[in-house]
Amino acid sequence: MPPTDTTPEKDAAPLRGSAPGIRFEKVIKRFGSNTVLRELDFTVAPGERVTLIGPSGSGKTTILRLLMTLEKPDGGLIFVGDDPLWHMDRGGKRVPANQKHLHEMRKRIGMVFQQFNLFPNMNVLRNLTEGPMRVLGVPRDEAVERAKGLLDLVGLADKIDAHPSQLSGGQQQRVAIARALAMEPQVLLLDEVTSALDPELVVGVQDLLRDIARQSDLTLLCVTHEMTFAKDISDRVLMFDQGQIVEEGPPERMFGEPSEQRTRDFLQAVLAT
Amino acid sequence: MEWDWSYTGDIIPDLLRGLRYTVIATLLGYLIAVVLGLVWALLRRTPNVVVRQVVRWVTEFIRCTPLIPQLFFAFYVLPTWGLTFGKLTVGVLMLGIHYSTYMAEVYRAGIADVPRGQWEAAKALNLPRTRVWLDVVLPQAVRKVIPTLGNYLIAMFKDSPLLLAIGVPELLTSARSVGARTFEYLEPMTMVGVLFIVVSVISSILLRRLERHYATN
Repeated sequence: MPPTDTTPEKDAAPLRGSAPGIRFEKVIKRFGSNTVLRELDFTVAPGERVTLIGPSGSGKTTILRLLMTLEKPDGGLIFVGDDPLWHMDRGGKRVPANQKHLHEMRKRIGMVFQQFNLFPNMNVLRNLTEGPMRVLGVPRDEAVERAKGLLDLVGLADKIDAHPSQLSGGQQQRVAIARALAMEPQVLLLDEVTSALDPELVVGVQDLLRDIARQSDLTLLCVTHEMTFAKDISDRVLMFDQGQIVEEGPPERMFGEPSEQRTRDFLQAVLAT
Repeated sequence: MEWDWSYTGDIIPDLLRGLRYTVIATLLGYLIAVVLGLVWALLRRTPNVVVRQVVRWVTEFIRCTPLIPQLFFAFYVLPTWGLTFGKLTVGVLMLGIHYSTYMAEVYRAGIADVPRGQWEAAKALNLPRTRVWLDVVLPQAVRKVIPTLGNYLIAMFKDSPLLLAIGVPELLTSARSVGARTFEYLEPMTMVGVLFIVVSVISSILLRRLERHYATN
């Protein structure tokens, strides 16, 4: 049995700081003839926690998917920190990013999905160590220690050998959160992370994310329909409609006294359900 | 025409020798088909469009032409080009290659069945391409198609008498030569059926166990 007290970073590691900011410059995204984002501009400060709200189809999730490189923009520039995500400099010129550049940029970003997307063929431990070992080159022992620390954090230390199919939705989502944190991202994207959960499981996941948001200095981008959660977790709320920002501001004002009629209508509709 | 038990007993050793060839040819051919089929399926997903199309048409051609002319081609034509193999080798290779094109379709369906979220999660974790395939996609895809892959083992076993066409001394060949020697075909041909059914049933039972094993684990 190797000594475990030689890993002082065990607790600190997953929540490392110096997060980069995010900047969208005239970003365009189309799906076929449907333009989801039209020359969108917005900025997220380093370490800022921003929630995107708005009706479905307004482009919120697309923003997260562009940042995770799951979708490719049709125009404009996206910066993560000082570097463009989808472009790179070659001989003073800005050219489309190659796989290597995307790979390097993705190291800064982590994502938690609505449907969890854990790997069903791996147990919980392997889900958490696969990325650190295969991508970051973390030695096995260290990856296991890190995974154990994260499972403690999400309250699932006893599920380390379980397979995803043996876990409830809420438990799966906690593991998925731990899996994203295991990669030590500086930007964390949360895509409707409680939408697929049974109502009684929502609170646990939200509490966990609230703690994480409080303890870390991650830059956080969150898409959610849970307005209380949005209020708790974010420094700023952006209201989207048809690929444009309708209104933005601190959560107290956005939820308390929104100035735009569109925002008021949307909040009324959401709170009515 | 009466069933002669002592004659049946006499010919069993000859038939079992034939069965041995049948089983060896099937298993080796299956091994080739399982591996080569996966290779085809993966090549059909490469970014290179030329490779993709060439593989697509070659496999389509092999799959849509009968095995017997393929066997004759390999056995009679290839030697004129200086490529000479033994009967069993040609039989095993062609059986394997022919069925690999069916297996490729099976793998293709299995891969297409892996949910998009799995690819996206793998990308979000930044896994390199080879790890995405080896650790995430293939284990899930292959597990789903294990029952189908297993059925092809039995299908290949049943097709192995075609190797008679190029003179591989498999089960049907042995039965025929026994019959030719004694002019009694009832017992040898019936025993061919019996032996095929015995091996098929045993294989199905083993395959079903394997399936259950993968379904529960």
